[in-house]
This record gives sequence, structure tokens and C-alpha cells, in this order.
Amino acid sequence: MSSHYEAPIRRPLIIGDKNYHDISVDVAAPVEGKANKLWWIAFSIALTAFLWGIGCIVYTIGTGIGVWGLNKTVGWAWDITNFVWWVGIGHAGTLISAVLLLFRQKWRMGINRSAEAMTIFSVIQAGLFPVIHMGRVWNAHFVLPLPNQFGTLWTNFNSPLLWDVFAISTYLSVSLVFWWTGLLPDFAMLRDRAIRPFQKKIYGLLSFGWTGRAKDWQRFEEVSLVLAGLATPLVLSVHTIVSFDFATSVIPGWHTTIFPPYFVAGAVFSGFAMVNTLLIIMRKVSNLEAYITKQHIELMNIVIMITGSIVGCAYITELFIAWYSGVEYEQYAFLNRATGPYWWAYLFMMSCNVFSPQFMWFKRLRTSITFSFIISIVVNIGMWFERFVIIVTSLHRDYLPSSWTMFSPTFVDIGIFIGTIGFFFVLFLLYARTFPVIAQAEVKSILKASGEKYKKLRDGNHE
Amino acid sequence: MYTFSSKLKTLSLALMIIGLLGVGYGFLSAPASVDEVKVLLQESHNTHGEVATPAGHAAAESGVAVQAEDAHAEHIFHLLKNKPWSALYVALFFFFMISLGTLAFYAIQHVSQAGWSIVLFRVMEAITAYLPVGGVLLFVFFVLSATHMNHLFVWMDPEVVANDALIQNKSGYLNVPFFLIRAAIYIIVWVLYRNYARKMTIAQDALTDLSNYRKLFKSSAAFLVFFLVTESMMSWDWIMSLDPHWYSTLFGWYVFSSLIVSAITTIALVSIYLKGKGYLEFVNNSHLHDLAKFMFGFSIFWAYLWFSQFMLIWYANIPEEVTYFVTRFNDYKVPFLGMVVLNFVFPLLILMNSDFKRVPWFIVTAGIIVLIGHYIDIFVMIMPATVGDQWFIGISEISSILLVLGIFIYVVFNAMTKAPLLAKGSPFIKESEHFHY
Repeated sequence: MSSHYEAPIRRPLIIGDKNYHDISVDVAAPVEGKANKLWWIAFSIALTAFLWGIGCIVYTIGTGIGVWGLNKTVGWAWDITNFVWWVGIGHAGTLISAVLLLFRQKWRMGINRSAEAMTIFSVIQAGLFPVIHMGRVWNAHFVLPLPNQFGTLWTNFNSPLLWDVFAISTYLSVSLVFWWTGLLPDFAMLRDRAIRPFQKKIYGLLSFGWTGRAKDWQRFEEVSLVLAGLATPLVLSVHTIVSFDFATSVIPGWHTTIFPPYFVAGAVFSGFAMVNTLLIIMRKVSNLEAYITKQHIELMNIVIMITGSIVGCAYITELFIAWYSGVEYEQYAFLNRATGPYWWAYLFMMSCNVFSPQFMWFKRLRTSITFSFIISIVVNIGMWFERFVIIVTSLHRDYLPSSWTMFSPTFVDIGIFIGTIGFFFVLFLLYARTFPVIAQAEVKSILKASGEKYKKLRDGNHE
Repeated sequence: MYTFSSKLKTLSLALMIIGLLGVGYGFLSAPASVDEVKVLLQESHNTHGEVATPAGHAAAESGVAVQAEDAHAEHIFHLLKNKPWSALYVALFFFFMISLGTLAFYAIQHVSQAGWSIVLFRVMEAITAYLPVGGVLLFVFFVLSATHMNHLFVWMDPEVVANDALIQNKSGYLNVPFFLIRAAIYIIVWVLYRNYARKMTIAQDALTDLSNYRKLFKSSAAFLVFFLVTESMMSWDWIMSLDPHWYSTLFGWYVFSSLIVSAITTIALVSIYLKGKGYLEFVNNSHLHDLAKFMFGFSIFWAYLWFSQFMLIWYANIPEEVTYFVTRFNDYKVPFLGMVVLNFVFPLLILMNSDFKRVPWFIVTAGIIVLIGHYIDIFVMIMPATVGDQWFIGISEISSILLVLGIFIYVVFNAMTKAPLLAKGSPFIKESEHFHY
């Protein structure tokens, strides 16, 4: 794929004196070892949050949507905010594994496995909301175009909410297949290293009998490339379709054509922030600092900076066009965002999304692990508020002043959101203990070109 | 070193001369007065065999009819007067956008530390040599528009503004001095970065330390930030304001997609030409493959933005926005839908195959189609606002393309002779020379 020559100016992607075996050992260590106390504490907290979330969901379904803070004017609030937020977070995984593959970014290899896992787990969280926010969950299968006994009553394909069904389900399936394909050689490695028969059996099943012949590898690479080529338009179209939920409407503040690319940029922005949050912890607790280096963090910060600037540019565009349009409803929608009752949410969104990524222009800050960690959380708070602001401030005051109202969430709204965060971490923590969190097969493929030891050897010879 | 072949030089001069004559003809053949238009309209009515207004109308009524007819004739007169101007404008913008897009792509290559594209830097730099020339031509065009030589930007006409409350509201942004100042700022800063980058890479050829490379990295990043903002504003100013009642937030990025795909296509075409002449022995078919992939990818990206803008406006069907597409759909059906085939369906089908993307004549075929498609894209952005249903692709349009194409070829290939075709000072040059995919 790429040549073995690498410019000396490029920094190593694998730190230290590592060989192929070291990589296997380092990647397998968390899986082969035992969970420590810290893991159990984190897991218990996440599990508790998850169970609490389930309770809230059961309560909602059993009692009715009225237990949420929604009202007649604001029919979408935390439910869809959280949905869009989680879908957005999921996008970084596909971006890292697919788009960065297409752009031949070798640094993706240290992070793609966990990023994809994050995608899958967050899309699962996202997928809950379209279901549970229905008034009649038990009729949810009506959204599927299935032949039935109502004289083949059909779905209407004109609704972006139906497109969402197709988008999200396709996205989850393709991401899952993409992720699992990449896992085959790594599961095989765990299978071959396993000592206990139970582990051997399990990883034998998971690795689908991967033996790593030349023909297998050739097809493996082709499949990865094809899937990357398919996942890239998919990732753009999924969040685009999510943005259509708003942009196809006639609500001032929602109906705007920039939403499709701008939502995608925002998704990449928040997704990378989440990857940063997770990996900064993971590299530490799983001792993977040699593979997830400071440079990886820096590069992710740069992506955050770029997408943050694109999002900022879109904000300015929206503001300008709202003024330029001369439509007073549109102008009021933005005036209301800035100065209305939810001004604090707008301020949060602006300061977290537009200003905070600009710190990344300073090398000192973007190479600081602590700073990156803080910013990555700030960005995700900001992006949550972005969706909240778009959804709620556009709904609570629109065409007819007689329908103006306010929105405030109930403990059930909040509880379900906390529950999804808990569920996400339950899955992620389990993943971190049972899956190879670094794509060792891929990392091995760049060892000789980008490993620190080999780079030193080679560049030393040149001079 | 490249030597400008005399054949190509003659070709470019011939294009300029033919183009100039055609453009001149276009201006001369535009109707000189409203009366001339009335005669034209009468003739077309007669040839269509339409029944004239039945006689026997009351005098007052026919008076109204005559007035309406006068207004109609005057309207058509404006549109026909605009036609040669618009044709020139579309061509000027099209080639300027290619050059600007190349500059953006070039800056991206610097900041992303791409390892494959270094061998194409000099090609890109030569294409951006058109930027100052095209910038001056466009600016002169704007000054002429501002002095009412034409009627393209209706908001520049005080009489129109006086009767139009919507434009009055926008006059804080859409006014002549501010418009010209903005245009000057965009063009000057873009050109400044272009000249600086060119100077730096040439200086780097002779050096071994990387100070210039680092400076260039930083300035390219700064340029891209400036570009992100000004590209959107440029598209609002130069194109969207032609329809001053219409607005779309996506517009700037939509224009960007058209700009970048045309630019990459042009880089590919110029590279293939030079390689065919034996000047770029270090460019292999993997480099072409990468360019073709970008053509393919950005063609799809263009289609994505085109569809997003169109579909959202069609779906919501809000009257003040939808008129934009109604006129395009009614009066420009063939170019409007045809460009989707040229810019999306065709590249999608022929550039999908990996082997095809390494075959020069495939890339050239696809490239020519993509460029034609994006010319039509700009045409459909501009013409409905300026000439309405009076459009056709005739002498004015083709001559304008030939004229600007001639200038473009002359400037670009002349710049190519000014520096070696390999930017050998880049730290990634060896990666690029050995690039193999």
C-alpha cells in the first residue's frame, strides 16, 4: 500500500524499542490480565446509572410520555437532543477508520479500534431514543415497510424520520461489520495466545477461523478499502439525514440549507472530542502510551480545531443569512437564541464550540494531555448544548406568539440521559477488558516504517 | 525547465483573438434600444404564428396592453443587454475559481504534510499564476458593473433599490463601495499568499534547512482560515447577490465544492499534458490515480451539496426561496438537470474502477466532462438572474470561454517556464518521488 520509505521529518508513531512480539503482548495484556479495583468501581457506577436509566425508560413507557418535560409546543427536547448528540459522537469512529484510511493516515492505526467501538456503543445509545420517544412504542415496527394484514398498509417514504430508521440501522450494521472484519486477525492473535481452554474456545469462535494466509490478507485489505469507501458516504449521509429532521421543516431556525454539512462537521467535532476523552484515559490505564502517543492526541486536537472552526464558520453564516434574508421570523429566532430565556444555553454552546477549540492553535496547549482532556469534555458539553439550542429555542418561540412557551426537563428526561451514559460506559468498559483495544495487526504493519527504533536506525544510516 | 512550446503559445493567442472577436460581436449584436427589442418580439410572434391581441378592445384597455408590452419589451431589452456581459462573467469566474481552488488544494497539501503531491507543486503553482490576472480582470468587471455599464447586479442600480424594500434592508451589506472593498481584500490576500508560497518553495530548492518549509506551513494554515471565511463571502457577493431576494446558507460551501473539483481536474489535465510532453518523468500513474480519486470523491461531494440545497428548498417549498429553483427548473431544465449527469453520474461511473483511474485518456475524458459540467453549474448559478429565459449558449458564451481560456493557458504555461518543475527542497520530496499506491 504505502512505500517503506518515510521522510525523516515525520515523527514516530510507535514509541520505544518495540518489536512485533511486544505489540502482541502489550495489546493482549489487558485482556489476559484481571480487572483491578478501579475498573470494578467504574463498572459499578456505570451499571448503576444504566439500571437507573432502564428504570426511567420503563416508567416512561408504562406511564406515558407526559412524565417528560415536553409540552404542546416543544414536542422534541432532551430525547432528540440526546439522540443527535449520541449519533454525532458515533461519527468519529467511522471517520477515523474509514476517512483516515482513505487518506492513508497511518496514525489512525493506534486509535481506530477504540474509535469504532465507541461508534457502535454510541449508536446503540442513539438508537434507543427514536424508539422510546414514541407515544406507542409497541407499534414501533409500523415504521418498517412490511407487508401486513391492513391491506398492505405502507410507510410514507417522504419523512426524514423514516429515513432516520434506514440511516441509523444501516449505519450500525455497516459499522459493526467493518469493526468485526478488522477484529478477525486480532481475535486470532488472542486465540493463539490463550492458555485456558475457555478463552481459546471463545476467541476461536470470534475469530471465525482466521489463519492469516496471503490470500486472506489480500482480500482483507480489499474488503477494508471497499468498506471504507462505502462507510465514508454513509457517515456523511447518516448525519445529513439526521439534520434533515430539522432542515426539511418550515420552523425558523430549523429550515436552513447549511445543516447537512454543518451537522456532519459538528459530529466529527464532538466525536473526536469523545475519542480523546476515552483514549487519554485508556492509554494510561491499559499502558498503551507507546501506541497512543502524544502525537495522536495532538493530531486529534487538530481535527477538533479544524472542525470546530468549520462549525464556527457555519454559525456565522447562519447569523449573517438570518440578517440578510430579511425574514423577521428568522431574525427573531437568532435574536431569541442570543438574548431570549435560553441565552445561557446559547452562550455555553458558543463559548464551548467556537472559542475553546481555538486554543488548539497553541502548540503548548494542544500537546498538553491535561488540557486536551479538559477541552475534549468541554467540547462535548458544548455540542450537547448546540443540539439543545437548535431544537428547543427554535420550537419554544416560533410563528404564533400565543404558542410561545418554555421547556424544562423532568427527572425522567435527565435520568434516561444519565442511563445512556451509564450504558455506554458499561459496554465500553466490558470492551476494554475483552477486546484487543488496539488493532495490533495494523500497528505491526507500520512498525518498520514509523516505529521509533526503526526510524532512528534508518535515519542514522542516511546521515 | 519547461519551455513554452510555440504551438501552444500560438494556440493560446489564437484563442484570445478568436474569443475577443466573438465577445466583441456579442456586444455589438446586443440590441441597442427597446424599440429594436419590440421589433424582435414582433418577429418572433409572427414566426410562432401566434394570434395577435384580438381587435375591438376598448381604447383604455389597449392602452394598458401597450404599457404592459412596453414594460415587457424593456425587461427583455435589459436581459438581452446583459447577455454578453453575463457570458463574459461566467467565463471569468469559472477560470478564476479554478485557480483559486488550486490554491486552496495546494495549501491543504502543505498543511496536511502530504507525501504524494510534492511532485505536482510546480504544476499547482503555475495554475495559481492565473490568480492575479484573473483577479484584476474580475475586479475591472466589478468596477464596470458598479459604473452601470451593465445591469447584472440589480442592487447596484439606485432606481431598483429605491423601489425594493427587501434590497433596501440589505443595503448595509450590498452597497457598491463595500462590495468593491471586500472584493479587493479577498483578491489581494489570496494573491499575496500565492506569491509568498511560490517564493518560498523556489527559495527552498536551494536550501537544506527547513525554515522556509516551516514558514510556508504556517502561512498556509493562516491562508486556509482566511479562505474558509472569504470563500463563503465571495460566493455571496459575486454570485448569490445576483438574485438579491434569494438566500441560502449552504451556498458558499456549494460553490466551494464546484471550485475544488474543477481545480483538481485542471491539475490532473495539466499534469497529464506535461507528462505526455516528457516534462514530468517523476510523476507516475499513482499520482494520477490519487488525483482521479479526488476528482471522483469531490464530484460526489458536489452532488451531495447540490442535492442537499435543492432538496431542502424543494421539500419545504417556502415561496420566497423556492422561486430560485422554479425559474431554473422552468427555463433551464436541460442544463440544470444535465449538469447532474455530467458532474455526478458520469464521473461516478467511469472513475469508480481503480484501473481506469490510472489511464490518462480516461482521466482526460472524465476531466473534460467534469469541467464542462462545472461551467454549466456556474452558468446555471448566474444566468437565470441576469438573462432569465433569454439564455442560449451561442457566440457570446463560447467566445468568452475561448478568450479567457486563451489567457489562462498563456499565463499558466508561461509561469511554468519560470521555475524547475520539481520542488526539490521539500522535506517530503523523496516520499513523493517514490510514491506508489
